[in-house]
Amino acid sequence: MSTRLSSGGRLVNRAKQVSFTFNGKRMTGYEGDTLGSALLANDQMMVGRSFKYHRPRGIVASGVEEPNALVNLGQGARMEPNQRVTTTELFDGLTATSQNHWPSLEFDIGAVNTYLWRFLPAGFYYKMFMYPRAFWKHVYEPFIRQSAGLGKAPDAETLDADLYEHFHAYVDVLVIGGGVAGLQAALSAGRAGARVMLIEQTAHWGGRAPVDGGTIDGMAPGAWVEQAVAELSGMENVKMRPRTMGAGVYDHGYVLGYERVNDHKPGAKGVRHRLWRIRAQRIVSAGGAIERPLSFAGNDLPGVMLASAVRDYIVDYGVSPGDRVVVVTNNDDAYRTALAVKAAGLQVPVILDARPNGGGALAEAAKKAGIRVENGKGIAKVKGGKRVTGVAICLQAGEGSVIEEIACDAVAMSGGWSPVVHLWSHCGGKLLWDAERAMFRPDGAKPPTDQDGEGFVVCAGNANGAMTLDAVMADATLQGAGAAAELGFKGAAAGAKGEAEAEAPMAAVWMMPQGANIKLRMKSWLDYQNDVKVSDVQLAAREGYESVEHAKRYTTLGMATDQGKLSNINGLAILSYALNQPIPQTGTTTFRPPYTPISMGAIGGAARAEVFQPIRRTSLYDWHEAQNAYWEPVGQWRRPYCYPKAGESHHDAVTREINQTRNSLGLLDASTLGKLIVKGPDAGKFLDLMYTNMMSNLAVGKCRYGLMCNENGFLSDDGVVARMDEDTWLCHTTTGGADRIHAHMEEWLQTEWWDLKVYVANVTEQWAQFAVVGPNGRKVLEKLGGMDVSKETLPFMQWAEGTLGGVKARAFRISFSGELSYEIAVPASEGRAFWDMLLKAGEEFGATPYGTEALHVLRAEKGFIMIGDETDGTVIPQDLGLDWAISKKKTDYIGKRGQERIHMVRPDRWKLVGLETLDGSVIPDGAYAVDEGKNSNGQRNTQGRVTSTYYSPTLGRGIALGIVRDGPKRMGEVIEFPKTDGTSVKARIVDPVFYDKEGAKQNV
Amino acid sequence: MSKAVSALAGAKASVLVAIEERGLQGMITLRGDFASAAFKKAVKSVLGVDLPGQRAVAVAGEKAVAWMSPDELLVMVPHEEADAVVEALSGALKSEHHLAVNVSDARAVFRLSGKDALVREVIAKVAPVDMAGFGPGQIRRTRISQVAGAFWQPEAGVLDLVCFRSVAQYVFDLLKVSAMEGSEVGHLG
Repeated sequence: MSTRLSSGGRLVNRAKQVSFTFNGKRMTGYEGDTLGSALLANDQMMVGRSFKYHRPRGIVASGVEEPNALVNLGQGARMEPNQRVTTTELFDGLTATSQNHWPSLEFDIGAVNTYLWRFLPAGFYYKMFMYPRAFWKHVYEPFIRQSAGLGKAPDAETLDADLYEHFHAYVDVLVIGGGVAGLQAALSAGRAGARVMLIEQTAHWGGRAPVDGGTIDGMAPGAWVEQAVAELSGMENVKMRPRTMGAGVYDHGYVLGYERVNDHKPGAKGVRHRLWRIRAQRIVSAGGAIERPLSFAGNDLPGVMLASAVRDYIVDYGVSPGDRVVVVTNNDDAYRTALAVKAAGLQVPVILDARPNGGGALAEAAKKAGIRVENGKGIAKVKGGKRVTGVAICLQAGEGSVIEEIACDAVAMSGGWSPVVHLWSHCGGKLLWDAERAMFRPDGAKPPTDQDGEGFVVCAGNANGAMTLDAVMADATLQGAGAAAELGFKGAAAGAKGEAEAEAPMAAVWMMPQGANIKLRMKSWLDYQNDVKVSDVQLAAREGYESVEHAKRYTTLGMATDQGKLSNINGLAILSYALNQPIPQTGTTTFRPPYTPISMGAIGGAARAEVFQPIRRTSLYDWHEAQNAYWEPVGQWRRPYCYPKAGESHHDAVTREINQTRNSLGLLDASTLGKLIVKGPDAGKFLDLMYTNMMSNLAVGKCRYGLMCNENGFLSDDGVVARMDEDTWLCHTTTGGADRIHAHMEEWLQTEWWDLKVYVANVTEQWAQFAVVGPNGRKVLEKLGGMDVSKETLPFMQWAEGTLGGVKARAFRISFSGELSYEIAVPASEGRAFWDMLLKAGEEFGATPYGTEALHVLRAEKGFIMIGDETDGTVIPQDLGLDWAISKKKTDYIGKRGQERIHMVRPDRWKLVGLETLDGSVIPDGAYAVDEGKNSNGQRNTQGRVTSTYYSPTLGRGIALGIVRDGPKRMGEVIEFPKTDGTSVKARIVDPVFYDKEGAKQNV
Repeated sequence: MSKAVSALAGAKASVLVAIEERGLQGMITLRGDFASAAFKKAVKSVLGVDLPGQRAVAVAGEKAVAWMSPDELLVMVPHEEADAVVEALSGALKSEHHLAVNVSDARAVFRLSGKDALVREVIAKVAPVDMAGFGPGQIRRTRISQVAGAFWQPEAGVLDLVCFRSVAQYVFDLLKVSAMEGSEVGHLG
C-alpha cells in the first residue's frame, strides 16, 4: 500500500484539500501535491500499461525523468495526452485517465503481448519490413497500430481553449536550474553586476538539496535557499522565473525557455504557456543530475522506484510508497533514502549494497539506526504481478541463484547519478567519461562555442559533475562568477560553503547480478517507456549494430517521449560490454532540444485565429467583403476571385464579369500589383541587367513590358516598366513578386553591383491602383475629368500624371485584357473614395467590378502568359514565344548565359501554343498530352502539358494554353489529354492568341 | 478633393495598455550618402535636424527623422506636407545621388500608451528587441511577429509603431492579443 503519512511533506498544504479524478475515480490530495504524489497517496501505484508488452507500470521517479506515469490530462478543448504526473501540479477538478490499455487499466487484453515476447524482439519493425509488403500492410500494421502507442491525439476538430505567447528577453547571464547550484551561480553573477535571469522548471526553488540534507553556511539547505531567494529577489539586475524550463540551447546564445504559466490553474486569465526566446551572452546550466535505475529482473513492476524518488515523496509530500521498502544500491546516496524511510516510521527490511565492501559514513548511520545491510548482494528478481510483493536476493557476483526471499511493498533502487548534460550538449559541448563515478560529465575544455569562438555555456553543480554538497557550492560560485567575469563583471568571489557526509566510492553496476542468465536479462528493463530490455540491446550488438546511434534506432532505446533520460547510460553501457569496448568508445547518442516535450501551443505562440497569419488588405477590402466577394489568397493578399450576385454560381459570375468588361466597362482592384521605384544615374544600366530587354532607352512618359529571369535563365517575373523622369523608373511586378523582386534587386545592388549608383524603394502600398477596362473606359475617365486621356495625348503604352475627379492620379495606358484599358493609381488613402467615384460615373455603362478569375480568362483569351501558370521555374522566355522581349544587342542580363546552355536551345523544347478542344470542353488543369510508347519506368511518354485552361465566354468554348514539344511548328495537329476518369479529350494545336490578334480593340 | 482616410480610421482598444491607430502620418523614404556634407546639409536645412545616429530618431516639432539603415532615413512630417517636403529635399539634393519618395499612404501608425513597463512588454512579445535597454530617442526597424515594422518612444509610457498599411488590421489585432488582460509578464517592471 502506498499512502499519505500522518505528518510531513514540506511542499504540501494539509489545510487545503484538493479533489481530482483518475480513470473516473474521485480522489483527494493537498495543495502543493503533484498528480504523482497525490496518486500514490491514494494507493494508485499502477498508472499505465507499457508501450509494447502492455505490462503494468507504476510511478518510478518524482520529476521530469518519469518514463511510465503518462496520462491523458483534461477533457474536450483542454485534453492533452502524454502528460507526466510527476510534473503536473495538482489542482481542484483535475481529470486524468491512463493510457495504452484496452479495455481497462486493470484488465488489459494487450498484456498477452508479454507472452509473445519471442515475436517482438529488438528490431522487430525492421525485420517485419523485410517480409512481403502485403503481409506488413494487412497483418502486422493493423496489429501494431492497435497495440502500440502512448496517448491518443486530441480531436482534430476541437480548438485548444487556451492562449499562448512568446517573449523576447536579453540577458548577460542566463542561469538554468533553480537548485542550490543555480541559486548560488545567480548570486555570484548578480553580485558582480551582470544582468541575470534565473529559470527553474518546477514551482519551487532549491531543487532537491532540502531533501538530501547536509548544511550550507552552517544552515539547513532549506533555510539557506530561503535566504538566497530573498537576496536575489531584491536585486534589480536579477530576474527569477519559476515553472520555466530551459528547453534548448542554440547557436549565438539563443535559448528557448518554456514557461507553464497557468497549467496549475486552468482557465485563469492570460496565457497558458509562454515561450521565452532568450539571447544570453553566457549560459550557466545547473540542471542537476538524474538517478539511474539498476537492471535486475522485474525492475519495472509497480512499486520499484528510484531511491531519490522514494525519499522525495516522503519528505516533500508526506507520502509513503509502502510500509516495507527494500533499498538496493551501488552507492552511498541511496542510504539517505533508507534513513528517510526509517525516520518516517516505516520499515527497511534490508539494504542490498552491490559493493563487496559496502558504503561509508551513511552506511554506518543506517546500521546504527538498526537497518540490516547486506554487502555484495543484489536482487535476482522482484516478486509480484501488478505490484511488488517481495524480492529474491542473490550475490551480485553470481548468476542469480536465490539466497533468500524478503517480503516488501516497494523497492528503492539507485544505480548512481548522471549529470544533466543535455543543455551543454545541444550546441556541441563535449563530454568526458568519469570512470570512477561511472558518469558522463561536461569536458570544460571543449564547450559549445559562439560567434567569437568562445565557449558560451558552462555547467555548475551536479550538472558539471560536482556531486557532493561541498563540491556543488564551490563549483556554482566559481561558474557563476566566472561567467560574469568573462563579460567584464567582476565581483567578490566568495560564495556559500556546503558540507555533507563523506561518501565511499560507488561501483559501476550495469547488470544485477553481473552474470544474470538470459531469463533474468529478458525481464530486466532498460527503457521503460519503449519497453527495451537488456536482452534487446545485447541482441542488437550480436546482430552487428556497433554504432550507438544505429543500436538506438534498431532497439528504440531512448526514442520515447522521455528521450532515454533514465535508460541511455545503462543502455550504452550494456552495448559497450556486449561489444567488449570501453564506454567512451561507444559514446552517447545526440542530445537534441527540447529537454522535455513542450506544447505545440507555445511554439505557435499568439499565432492563431485572426492573427494566425497576416492577411494583406487593399484599401477596398471592406468594400469587396460587402459585395460578397469570393476570396482568393494571392500570397498573403486576399483578392476577390469573383463577385457572385444572389443565386449566381461562381462560373456564372465570372462569365458575367468578362462579358460586361469586353462589351462595356469592367473595373479591377489591381492595388496588389508590385511597384518599385528605381532611381539613380545608373538606374538605366541596372535595369538593362535586370530585365531581358532594354529599359535604358525607354522614353520618359512611355511604358514597356519587361521580363526578369533568374541566373539560370528561367523566367521569374514580368511587368510593365514606366519611365518617370531622366533617372527614375517605375517597375511593376506581379502581386506575389513585389517583395521578392525588391529583395532580388537589393541583393544584386548590395553584393555584386555595389558600384552602381542606384536606389530602390518599394512603393507598392502607397498607391491604390484600378484597371478601368472596356470600350467605355475612356468615357468614364472623361466624366471624372481633370486630365486628358484621349488617344492622341495618352496613346497605348504611355502614362501621364494629373488629377482625376480632383484626386492626384497617374494614368497608365496598359492592357492585360486586350481591351481599351487604363490603370489608374491614386494615393491609397484616397483609394476607396476614388473607387466610389468610378462606380458612380460608370453606372450608366453598367460598370462591373471583376475578380482575378475574369482577369485570368481575359488575359488567356489574348494569349498573355501568367507568371506561376505558364512558368514553373523550368520555363525560359523563349519557350513562351517571348523572343521579341529578349534583347539581342545587350552584352549581358541576368539569365543570358543560362539561356545559351545546350539544353535551353534544343529545338524540341516544349513551347507555348493555344489548345482548342475538338468538342469545345474545358481540358482539366495540369493535364498531360500523351505520346507514343512508354518510358523506362513503364509510364506513358508525354509531349506537353496544359498550363492554363478556362471556359471562354467570349468564344463560347474551352480554351487552353500549354507547352508542347516543338509546338509552334505543329499548328493544326490534334493531341490527346487523358483525364483522371479514364476518358480523354482531344485538342487541336492553335495560335495562343484566341482573340483580336491584331490588337484593334486595345489600340483605340 | 476627397477625404483621405487611414487604414483603420482611428481604431482604438483599451487592454493592458491603450492602443490607437494614429491616423494619417506623412512619411518619406530618403536614401543617400550619410557621409556626404551636402546630404547632411540638405537634411538640416529642409527638416531642421542633424542626421540621427545609428538606431536613433531626431525630432524637431512636427517633424522627425529616423535612422533606418546605413543609407536610408525615415522622414516624418504632417501628411499634407509630404509631397512638398519630397520636392524640397529633391531640390536641395539636386546634385547628389539620392532617392526621396512619399510613402505616407503605404503605412499605418499605432500608438501604445500606459504604464511604461507594460508598453515595452507588449512589444517584447512581438519583436526580437531588447526592450530593457530601449527608450526615448531610439528606433528599431525590425519585425512585428510576422510582418515588418518599426517603433520608437516619444516619451516614457508612449510608443509609436509603424507597419505597412495592408497589414494594419493584423498588427492591431496582434497588439490587442499581446496586451490582453492577465498577460502581464513582470519581466521589465
